[in-house]
This record gives sequence, structure tokens and C-alpha cells, in this order.
Amino acid sequence: MAKRYDAIIVGGGHNGLVAAAYLARAGREVLVLEQRHLVGGATVTEELYPGFKYSVFSYVVSLLRPEIMRDLSLARHGLEILPLESTFTPLPGGDYLLRGPDHAQTHREIYRHSPRDADVYDEYGRLMAQMAMAVRPILGMVPPDPAAPGWRDLQSLAQLGSHVRALGGERFHALAKLMTMSAADFLDEWFECEPLKATMSASGIIGTFLGPRSPGSAYVLLHHYMGEIDGAFRAWGFARGGTGAISSAIASAARSFGAEIRTNAAVQQVITKNGRAMGVVLADGEEIYARVVASSLDPKRTFLKLCAPADLPTEFREAIERFKIRGSSGKVNLSLAALPNFTSLPGMGMHLRGSISISPSMDYLEQAFDDAKYGEFSRHPYMDVLIPSLIDPGMAPPGQHVMSCFVQYAPYNLKGGWTDAQRTAFGDTVVNTLCEYAPNLRENILHRQVLSPADIESVTGLTEGNIFQGELALNQLFFLRPVPGWAQYRTPVRALYQCGSGTHPGGGICGAPGRLAAMEMLRDGL
Amino acid sequence: MLPGTPFHSRTAPLCAAHNWRRWGPCVVAGSYDLHPEREYFAVRTSAALFDVSPLYKYAIRGVDATRLLNRVITRDVSRCRVGQVFYTPWCDAAGKVLDDGTLQRLGESVFRLTCAEPNLQWLYANATGLQVEIEDVSEQVAALSLQGPSARAILQHLCPADLNDLRYFHVMGSQLGSVAVEISRTGYSGDLGYEVWCEAAAAPQLWDLIWEAGMPYGLVPAGILALDVARVEAGLLLLDVDYTSARAAAIEARKSSPYELGLGWAVDLRKENFVGRAALALEQTRPAQWRFVGIEVDWLDVEGLFNAAGLAPQVPTQTLRASVPLYLSDEWVGYASSTVWSPITKRYIGLAHLRAPHFATGTSLQMEVTVEHQRRLASAKVVELPFYDPPRKRS
Ligand SMILES: Cc1cc2nc3c(=O)[nH]c(=O)nc-3n(C[C@H](O)[C@H](O)[C@H](O)COP(=O)(O)OP(=O)(O)OC[C@H]3O[C@@H](n4cnc5c(N)ncnc54)[C@H](O)[C@@H]3O)c2cc1C
Repeated sequence: MAKRYDAIIVGGGHNGLVAAAYLARAGREVLVLEQRHLVGGATVTEELYPGFKYSVFSYVVSLLRPEIMRDLSLARHGLEILPLESTFTPLPGGDYLLRGPDHAQTHREIYRHSPRDADVYDEYGRLMAQMAMAVRPILGMVPPDPAAPGWRDLQSLAQLGSHVRALGGERFHALAKLMTMSAADFLDEWFECEPLKATMSASGIIGTFLGPRSPGSAYVLLHHYMGEIDGAFRAWGFARGGTGAISSAIASAARSFGAEIRTNAAVQQVITKNGRAMGVVLADGEEIYARVVASSLDPKRTFLKLCAPADLPTEFREAIERFKIRGSSGKVNLSLAALPNFTSLPGMGMHLRGSISISPSMDYLEQAFDDAKYGEFSRHPYMDVLIPSLIDPGMAPPGQHVMSCFVQYAPYNLKGGWTDAQRTAFGDTVVNTLCEYAPNLRENILHRQVLSPADIESVTGLTEGNIFQGELALNQLFFLRPVPGWAQYRTPVRALYQCGSGTHPGGGICGAPGRLAAMEMLRDGL
Repeated sequence: MLPGTPFHSRTAPLCAAHNWRRWGPCVVAGSYDLHPEREYFAVRTSAALFDVSPLYKYAIRGVDATRLLNRVITRDVSRCRVGQVFYTPWCDAAGKVLDDGTLQRLGESVFRLTCAEPNLQWLYANATGLQVEIEDVSEQVAALSLQGPSARAILQHLCPADLNDLRYFHVMGSQLGSVAVEISRTGYSGDLGYEVWCEAAAAPQLWDLIWEAGMPYGLVPAGILALDVARVEAGLLLLDVDYTSARAAAIEARKSSPYELGLGWAVDLRKENFVGRAALALEQTRPAQWRFVGIEVDWLDVEGLFNAAGLAPQVPTQTLRASVPLYLSDEWVGYASSTVWSPITKRYIGLAHLRAPHFATGTSLQMEVTVEHQRRLASAKVVELPFYDPPRKRS
């Protein structure tokens, strides 16, 4: 008889790999099934043009949980996180805003734009860090179920309550505002400098189908400060070798604990019997059995594609159908013969070694969103640009460079659909926009990879190309993720679990969904 | 005012931080940037260029050069082939370490000894009756240390010979551009690296050559703060920080033998007589009293202590060159002499001296940590050295 595993993990993205590593570490026999020829999902490095390595999708790491790095000894398995130094916002008029690691230097720089903002900048940072400290335990916690609380749920709620109470009045009010306001309104209460506000608010709109003036966009501002409170253990930076190195390190850790990982193994369906998951069928018809099956795919793909409709309660199915997972971002990766030269700050310097943000003003971002609302990609998109080869020279041949451009907005439901011509037009828009700030860019492009949300979907399986496996909006977070009542990694199908970014605490290279799901499986007696 | 090194005309304009630090008889850059983090990471991911000219350097030549050196250092010089480099300590008659450094064998009877402190008088004193010429070339010879995974590729652009043939801890003569140099496959970083030695007058030219060749590889000028983190990760000790020279020790207890510093492997008791041999031979027959070890401080403990005070955890991001007490239960069992957060391994590490019998790998200890002005204890354990040891180091 064929081997029966303790657990099958569907999808070898970083969360699937984390779940596998934790289960294998606990002595379980685990098999990971990944459809592509390499593991990593949205966290991969690929050499699509000889000598030039792209972090094809995700490009920076910020939320990767320190406990995971420790438990899985990821440093020993080759994970090295290099710091990003600065945030550079070039402006259309020839000026710029540059924030770096040195406090006094950054103060001087903001002062140039607004003396008032320069002074409150620190105060704002302190407040956000304090709030992040109060909220951080949530990231490591299985969401309680407040509607039908068990003993453990009550304990979690109480713990959370005490953290929040400890914040004190002023900070508690700020937290309440963060939870409900738009990033624009929240930042308006603090700052006046447009490029500063716009660049900060951008972290609230990444991966969502929201503009900076949409309510609910403020909360994600906190994530930016989450890393800071981990002190030296913070994971903010660039993984040496690209983000694929993170997946490789986790895969290597998982294998060291005995997990088996199969690539080129697409799962077609979850096999069930009497409402219980028994195993999976691969696209080529092979059947593999296990005591539990955990899917790291997004909720729509897991429940609407891999599960037979008859296996799911109707209300649950409907809730999953309503789950918001709108693709809004694209990615352009470039191989460059030489560095871009910014008109506003020519030459080489710290400004090129961090994130380069095309976010000159709130209006700019909101207008970029306006295009998307009506089914167009932004004519002047928001971009978060990185030159990885300046941080890890191994990403490109000596003297040459790679550039990663995360672009928003690119709606999945583009008017007329994502044809080849549209993709090319989108790529051109990105390059043209960057050339407004660094005109020499165009002539130095050796290779260009343009990814529309449709491309992201077709390569990684992320529904609609939504980068977080479902929007990080408040109505889809914590005990509401992916749907109320099913936020504890279990599903209506017995022995079927979810362990991807579609579960709490959500998307990004974080690993917490995979870890928490593994812990729940073990708690259930796996 | 202390002088700069022969590279000062090149390093000064790059030193945006104006962070100059004394090193021996000179000042060198502590860091070039306001934040030295990038300089450290360059050592581990691309390449970093350090000015190591302040090292003391002695040229030792003559038919009795081998005899002199064998009398002084603890390793057997006759085993050091021409073109080889030895790392070695040397001791006083009581077998206590005076200094440590590298010995390059440049010819059958031509050597260069480099070290942290002046040792000219000691060499003279031991040369009585020998046919040997000892020259202090500290000021005549300038040196750059090129460390990091891209070091070989950068230097290969300039070096006519195949650098793959220059093995770990070996040295060769070469010509880079028009500058005559010796290149040694050495460094103080625990990474792939080279040190390049030239006449002081040619120093600026050598800098320019390496600088230009390194540009496409992301070469970063780096100061001693970055080196100080890398060397702790590499488990390398530093005179005056991790041990006191027997020459400078105010009390007996401050002196250490090579065995107590983890340098037992560099003591060759089989060779002809050398200073300290009798004492070391005797010491070797007795159980060790002290041992030099690596410790790792428990992060969760540190984080817990700081979080309890409402703070994010604080750990030294530059090497803390201060003695920190170590305890086992309530008993003082030793001290850490260098402690730092290791960015690449993400561990809070230290080089420490522990009393018998508490130095076995895996032993649990506590280290003193100051949290909001109060001394607290965080758990730590004894671990193997080095903390970071990439295969490329010896490649
Ligand atoms: C363009 C882009 C940019 C991003 N930028 C960042 C960033 O800079 N920083 C950050 O933190 N996050 C970023 N993200 C988000 C982050 O990458 C994702 O949230 C995260 O990688 C998702 O991990 P996961 O393991 O949950 O899911 P996935 O990575 O989606 O993994 C799912 C895996 O399942 C596989 N799969 C799908 N269907 C099947 C099947 N039927 N059978 C077998 N295998 C299957 C897929 O190939 C994939 O490997 C970005 C995402 C995108 C798309």
C-alpha cells in the first residue's frame, strides 16, 4: 500500500514551507506539494536574463516573525537580511525628500520641507512604536472567536484587552483612530509636507484596492513600525540572494527536520470521505493520502477550486465567495547596464540604496487610484522601487544592476482585459514615469519583465493577483480572516486546514499563518 | 596630534562621519558613514576595504632568522614554508602571552612579523648572539585589508597571477599596476579576504587601484568598528580587549597562557627551546583553570527583561569592549570581554573567559545585562567558536 503521510501541505509558498517545517520539527511525516518547478510562491528569486536575478514578486522582507527565524534556525540555513538604508521620494519639480538612518540628517532634510513636520516626526514615530508594541502580540496569536468563545478565546481576549488598556488614554484614542480612519486623514492630523505624507501613506495602500483617502487604510501604517519593536531582531530589509533565499532557507530547514518537498506537483482536488479530508489528487491523477491536508493557497482557490461544492456548507461557500481579493498591483523587473541617475539628486549615494518611492503627493496617489476605480491602470502610478544589486551586488554582474518596481494601481479587471498590448503599455507607463525622474533609465534597460495582476495569478495561483491572498482590510483581519467563525485555521471539512496568507495575520512575508496553523494541527492531536 | 596613515589622503575625504579612532601610533577611520552598518555588511556580502597600516611590522632577515623566531614564537617556524603565513602568539618566560600576530615567510630567511603592540625590544633581547637583522618597518610599509566574498574577484582584476593559487594563510609577491606588493590570503574578518602590503610612498596609488577595481563590485571603505564586529563573529581575540599582555598586566591574575586563550593549537612543545616552553609544558599536564569560549545570550530572556520595562530590547550593535560578569547560579564564574549583536547570524554573542569546570560547550550561565539602570541577569550558554564560518573563508 502507498505511504500515508501525517500531513500534506498544498502549496510550497513560504507559509506552506513554514507549516511543514514546524510539523516536521514535531516529528510528523510531512509532504509539501508545489505546482511550480521551484518553491516560494510569491517569494522567489529567478534568473530570467542571464546573470541578473529578480526577486520576481515580493522584494523586501519586513514582517517575518523573529520566533520563526529562531525556531527554524533560518540564519544557519542561509538566510541573511541586509539593511535598507533610506527612503527617497523624488519630486517632479526637481526637488526630493530623503529619509535615512541618521536621526539628525533626517531632521534637517524634513526641516527643509517643513520645520514643523521635522519636529513632530519623532513624536509620531514614538507613538506608532508604542501602539505597535501593544498590537504586536496579535501577530503571534491564534485569533479568538468572540462569537462563540471557548476558554482559550476568553484568555486571548483578556490578554489583548490588558495590552490595549496599558496604552493609556491618548494612545488608546490614537489606536481607535488608526483602526477606523483613512491613512490620509490620520497623517493630516500630524503632518503638512505632501511627499512625506504621501510616502508614509503608501504603506497603507500596498496590495489593497483602496486609495489613501479610503477609510481603513490607516491601520496598515502600524505594520511599518512592527519591526522596530523587535529591536536588533527586526527583519526589515533585503534578503541576500533575493526573497527566494527566504523560501530556500525555510525549505532547507523543513528538509533538515525530515519534510519531503515535491515540485511540479499541482494538486487538483482534495479527497474527502464523510466530510473528512483524506488526501489529494494531483493533476496527473496520482492520489496521495494523509491524516490531514493543509492548504496554503488563498481561500478562494482552496475552497472553490480544490474542494467539491458538496463538501462545504452553503453559507460558508457564500462567505468565501464574498471574501475580497481584488488584484490591484503589478510588478516590473529590469536589468540595467548602469544605475539610474536622478535629476533631483544626481550620482550615487544613500538615496539609491533604499526604497525609492514615486509618491510626490496625496493627490498623486489618489489620482492613481481614480484610474483604477474605473478599470484603467494608473497613468501615473505609485511605485516602490528598489535596486537590489546595490544592496547585494551578487544580484547582477559586476557594475550592472537589477531594479524592482512594485506598481500600483493595476486592476485585475482591466477594461478590455490584460492583453499583450495592454501589458506592454503598462510596462511603458512604468518606464516613462521613472524616466521623468531619471531620464537615463530607458537607454540602460537590458531586459524587462512586466507582470500584470493576471500574470501574477497565472504564475503563483494568487487569485486575481492579489498579493496578500485577500485584502488586508479591517473587515478581513484577525478573527474575521478569512471569514468569521473560521479564523482558527480549521475549515468546515474535518482534517482540512488553511495555512496561507488568507488566514490571520495575513499577507506579506511573515510566516505566522504557517506557524500558527501548524500549532493548531498539533493541538488537534496530529 | 597623532598622524594619519599613508592612506590618509584617500581615506579622509571619504570619512563623512569624521569618526577617527586611534589605533596604535595612528588614527584611522572608526567608520566612514554615520552608521557603520553598511560597512559591516560589505564584509559579508560584497567587499570592504580597511586601512590596517597601524599594525607594527618587523622585517627579520639573516641566517639566524629562523632561530630567532623559533626562540620567540610558540609555533615551529621550520614548518612554515616560504610563502606561508603563521598566526601565532608569543610568551614571556612564565608562559604568559605577550602579544599575537602573523608571521609571513617571504624567503628562506626573510620574514615579516606583524603585531598589535611594539615588540622591537623583545626581538632584540632574544637575538643576542644570533646573526640576524631586525628592522622596524612599521612606518615604511602600508597595508590594506580587502575582505568579503568579492575580494578575490576584485583583486584578480589587478593581479597578474591566478589568485586561486594563493591558498589560505599564504603570501606572494606581486605587482598591481605599477605598485610592488605582497599579497597575503589573510584578514581579521573570518571571511574571504586578502591583505596587501606596499611601500608607504605607493600607498595612495594602491588605494586608487583597488578602489577603482572594486567599484563595480560594491566595494565599501570600512572602519574598525565594522571590523570589530566581524572579528568577534570569527572568534578572533584582540589584545587589550580580550586579554592583557603579560608585559602590561598590573597583577598576575590578568595574565593568560595560550592555553587559556584557546591558542593551545599554536603551541608546539616538540620544537627546540623557546621562551615560556618549560612553563607551558608544565601547564599542559595540569587541568586547565580558564578557557576562552564563545557565549550566546538568550534573546527571549533579553527581550523579556526589556519588554518588562516597556522597552524594545537593546543590545550592543558595536562591539562592547568591556568586561561583563558571568554567573552560574549565584557564583561568579568568569567574564565576557567582547559582546555584540551579530547581524548576520542574528545572535547576541560574546567572547568570554570561564573558570574551570564551567567552560564545557552547552553549559548554561547568566550574563549581566543592564536594563533601565538596573543590573539584571539574562541566560546564556557556552557555544563553539567561531560563530560565523563560511566555507569561502578558506576557499
Ligand atoms: C508582486 C508582489 C509583490 C509583493 N511584495 C511584497 C514585499 O515586498 N514584502 C512582503 O512582505 N510581501 C510582499 N508580497 C506579498 C507576499 O509575497 C505574499 O503575501 C506571500 O509570499 C504569500 O505567501 P503564501 O505562502 O501565503 O502564499 P503563496 O506565496 O501564494 O504560495 C502558494 C503556493 O502554492 C502554489 N500553488 C498554487 N496552486 C497550487 C496547486 N493547485 N497545487 C500545488 N501548488 C499550488 C503556488 O505556486 C505557490 O507556490 C508581494 C506579493 C506580490 C505578488
